[in-house]
Amino acid sequence: MAMLHIVNKSPFERVAFDSCLTHANAGDSIIMIEDAVVGAVDGSSFSGKVKAAMADKTVYVLGADLAARGLDGKAMDGIVSVDYAGFVDLTANNDTTQSWL
Amino acid sequence: MKYTILVNEGPYQHQASDSAIQFIRAALEKGHEIFRVFFYHDGVNNGTRLTVPPADDRLIQKAWSELAEKHGLDLVICIAAAQRRGIMDADEAKRQGMDANNIAPGFRISGLGQLVEGGIQSDRLVVFGD
Repeated sequence: MAMLHIVNKSPFERVAFDSCLTHANAGDSIIMIEDAVVGAVDGSSFSGKVKAAMADKTVYVLGADLAARGLDGKAMDGIVSVDYAGFVDLTANNDTTQSWL
Repeated sequence: MKYTILVNEGPYQHQASDSAIQFIRAALEKGHEIFRVFFYHDGVNNGTRLTVPPADDRLIQKAWSELAEKHGLDLVICIAAAQRRGIMDADEAKRQGMDANNIAPGFRISGLGQLVEGGIQSDRLVVFGD
């Protein structure tokens, strides 16, 4: 059962993103939306954890939210940028979703 | 695929209502069905028709009402959360002895059972919130 984890808060504001990474299983997908997109940027104190997660999980970022924060093109290599249609596809293609509020 | 959407955050707080609206638009465009949108906790504040944001700001409540009208969406507000926050329809205002109601077009007030039913009847439950 593949799960889509939806993260919407910055990893520097709340522990939800960190909790998500410790609970997500291999083969799951993680999408960063809203303020969580700052987690996609390389060189932060959190980026190592996201990189480690990418070893056995697919990590996505909502492109519109990344661009809205002036971070267009600043996502780490390996993170897949999607639009809202791609976000919908992820919820449909995974068996279930978990929002880390 | 059939979706129920849960909105747990009020409008203009962070971004949850905007994200939910964009997600629903994209899902409908792809031919998915939105079985229900359930508003819980501060999310019930999406359903007051008395919101008047500044002229250069987005009209979140209106976006919901327009989506509901255009696509026949079922927008359900949790009654207990609504009562706490002063969201009333005509029946509820009468029952509580209030002099006015403020529910926006396309919204209706009901109970948590509607969320449970949405979860059972839908293929996916997607949560937006704080």
